[in-house]
Amino acid sequence: MAENRAENRPELVAEVQQSFGVVEKPLTLWERIYNNGAFRKGALLVAMALIWELYARKINNPLLFPTFSATVEALWTAISSGVIPQRTWSSIRVLLQGYGAGLVLAGLLTALATATRIGTDLLETLSSMLNPLPSIALLPLAVLWFGLGNNSLIFVLIHAVLWSVALNTHAGFRSVPESLRMVGRNYGLSGLRYVALILIPAAFPNILTGLKIGWAFAWRTLIAAELVFGVSQGSGGLGWYIFENKNLLETANVFAGLFTVILIGLAVENLIFRNIEGRTVHRWGMQR
Amino acid sequence: MPEPLLDVRGVTLQYKTKDHLVTATYRVSFRVFRSDRYVILGPSGCGKSTLLKAVGGYIEPVEGEIRLGGEVIRKPGADRVMVFQEFDQLLPWKSVKQNVMFALTASRKLSGKKAEERALQYIEKVNLVQFSNSFPHTLSGGMKQRAAIARGMAMEPAILLMDEPFAALDALTRNKMQEELLQLWEGTRFTVIFVTHSIPEAVRIGNRILLLSPHPGQVRAELSSNGRDELGPGGLTLTQRIEKLLFGGNVEGEVRSHG
Repeated sequence: MAENRAENRPELVAEVQQSFGVVEKPLTLWERIYNNGAFRKGALLVAMALIWELYARKINNPLLFPTFSATVEALWTAISSGVIPQRTWSSIRVLLQGYGAGLVLAGLLTALATATRIGTDLLETLSSMLNPLPSIALLPLAVLWFGLGNNSLIFVLIHAVLWSVALNTHAGFRSVPESLRMVGRNYGLSGLRYVALILIPAAFPNILTGLKIGWAFAWRTLIAAELVFGVSQGSGGLGWYIFENKNLLETANVFAGLFTVILIGLAVENLIFRNIEGRTVHRWGMQR
Repeated sequence: MPEPLLDVRGVTLQYKTKDHLVTATYRVSFRVFRSDRYVILGPSGCGKSTLLKAVGGYIEPVEGEIRLGGEVIRKPGADRVMVFQEFDQLLPWKSVKQNVMFALTASRKLSGKKAEERALQYIEKVNLVQFSNSFPHTLSGGMKQRAAIARGMAMEPAILLMDEPFAALDALTRNKMQEELLQLWEGTRFTVIFVTHSIPEAVRIGNRILLLSPHPGQVRAELSSNGRDELGPGGLTLTQRIEKLLFGGNVEGEVRSHG
């Protein structure tokens, strides 16, 4: 037993080795390629296009299910003839008007909710009532009030954007840590400067989420609304283009229209929002 | 005796929780003089943080008043800069340098080149020059607190208010930070009020220690410290005296039975 006691055991003091051999070794080419997210997603897309092409060729019914190559061809023709760019522009113009108006209203509502308690109640009541209401359900009413035209579209778009942006921004403001608030007040910030220099940047992850959700809602609502009430002034947007070609049984063009909707959605998400995130919340370590 | 820089007279502080009205401190009085390292020490629940927030101007006393240089404190101001315990007091969207500059520009104290120069000068004092362009989330806890201290000191406030700034750090880092704070003080002789619940920290940091009793906080004693914790006239070290005052007379007996 005695030799187990600590003072009977020898002590040890070691020199720490200073130089090491190879600690890192480069990954193989394949490992590096496979680690690239864009490559993996690209490979998935190619696989899906291949399955589509083979299946469509097998059933051989261009009326119901055109091949991938026929869709790409139709898309290319429609783009080079200027039809799709024009329709897209007409959709996006309306969308930007509705989105912009929605953001302004969301800003006002959030300001009111941040400043007063009754404003908070107003925002919470209104958004819990109206947020679950699909924008498209308001379209008949909008047509009744504003007639067939862009004003009706903008009205439903505002409804699509307003609640998600206002709710997220308000939630973001409320979750700003107490110490940041106190820091802001410590250096004499109040009123608008306090909102602009402390609240908005501190709540930016939430605000960005609101903007993204609002954008997605607005884009879907717009295409759906155009499908329902179609042409307003001469041209009409992408939704109308899809509807028109369905009536003409130009199924490849329908697919081309849907493709464009997808591509624009992807572009906005991956180019615009991803970029904003990379320069802000990711860089600041507020979001992974 | 010179005029005190900060004069706290009979201050009673209350705050409301969801279903209680809590009295945090009851008729607390103390005076802080220029270049003091004034430590407020007490167990949790003695209202020491609330007291510091009142000096900061975030809470108004229900009784008594707090005067800074003769003026009654009514709201937060850049002449009393707070350093908090929480690591999230740095603005995450600004680099270390921008955080320090933000304090100077937001308070309209300095702007542009001058703010940058002042910021760099204080970042150098806390040994963060290499990290002046880093964002807070890339820094360790100790570095974040150093940045917060640089931001507070760059304001060159009348009083620096520190609310347990080292409490969330590991023991080794805390030790180092205490030493650095004392070195900084040697260099500039700023006035600081330092809130802590650690007796060794109070003895080491402070030249004057205010002891508060809990529930609600009342002044138990105000002692002087030279940082060395030597045996005093009563045959007790400062630490032992503080323990005796806070926990009653049985400490000596405990010490003997352990010794």
